[in-house]
Amino acid sequence: MADARRIAAAIALALSFASPAFAADAPAEVASDAAVRFQPPTAAPTAADPALEARMLAITGELRCLVCQNQTIADSHADLAVDLRQEVREMLRHGRTPDEIRRYMTDRYGDFVLYRPPFKASTLVLWLGPAALLALALVALTIVIRRRARLADDHFEADPVFDGDTPEPASDPLSRTGTPA
Amino acid sequence: MRVLKFLIPLAVFFVLVGFLYRGLKLDPREVPSPLIGKPAPEFALTQLDKPEQTIRRADMLGKVWLLNVWASWCEACREEHPYLVEFAKLKALPIYGLDYKDERAPAQQWLTDRGNPYDASLFDANGRVGIDFGVYGVPETFLIDKQGVIRFKQIGPLTPEVLNSQVLPLLRKLNG
Repeated sequence: MADARRIAAAIALALSFASPAFAADAPAEVASDAAVRFQPPTAAPTAADPALEARMLAITGELRCLVCQNQTIADSHADLAVDLRQEVREMLRHGRTPDEIRRYMTDRYGDFVLYRPPFKASTLVLWLGPAALLALALVALTIVIRRRARLADDHFEADPVFDGDTPEPASDPLSRTGTPA
Repeated sequence: MRVLKFLIPLAVFFVLVGFLYRGLKLDPREVPSPLIGKPAPEFALTQLDKPEQTIRRADMLGKVWLLNVWASWCEACREEHPYLVEFAKLKALPIYGLDYKDERAPAQQWLTDRGNPYDASLFDANGRVGIDFGVYGVPETFLIDKQGVIRFKQIGPLTPEVLNSQVLPLLRKLNG
């Protein structure tokens, strides 16, 4: 039972790594969480327009800062990131949609700024590669298990058999189950 | 079949080593600019030493020119600047500066101290034009053709090698 749970957890973990969005999830959530948490309902809002600020952070949390490349534009203190956050605020104020803002960024810096890269010919391996590797591994595992199932008993090491005289080794709890008393 | 069992992991291993070896030589800071082959963005900026004179994108059409993004606060620009001063003496093409997120006085002083290779410097105080050019690491240099299309971009300091092996041949091609 505990084993089954452990295996399920391992598979879930493997799957979460398999998705390219994995890298984007964490910073995006941190950014939007922070935006929500830093607005006490009674106190005055920190930003001029908290709703706008939250939308701005949601968008810039998925954009890579080109100056410090492992940070998002929402997180980074680089001058360029500060400027770009201001730019996004202004674009939102002018009613531009998040798609238009992402387009504005990719027009200047390319798909590299997107933490969620678009699905197209050049990103096919990125999106499908992990799933393909997983499928390949499952196929290999199935083949190996099937082949082993067909093997005769003498291909495997015999289970240890204990007679009544020899005391059971206490150090190996696994062998206990297989031995009749 | 037995041999294959050993050869497949070996082949996979070598492919992996190949990728990693290639990865060693890639510079993640050199992001291919989507602006290459596209029209340069619109701009209208005052000159660094003549605040009353504006230069626009349209003024630059009809000639192949170099736009060098620099700033007085930029460390790497100091390394690049002597090459640019020497290169300007060739009078191969007009060189314009884009003084990015700077102040007029220190910028002018910087050029007085180190020499001025520019036909003019555009003064981009708030960095808006820099953003439109996709600038993220000063210095950067753009080669723009007669139709106003960006043909080449250098991220980081220009070197004599880049000028000789890329900028000059491309310039000859565009003028030829």
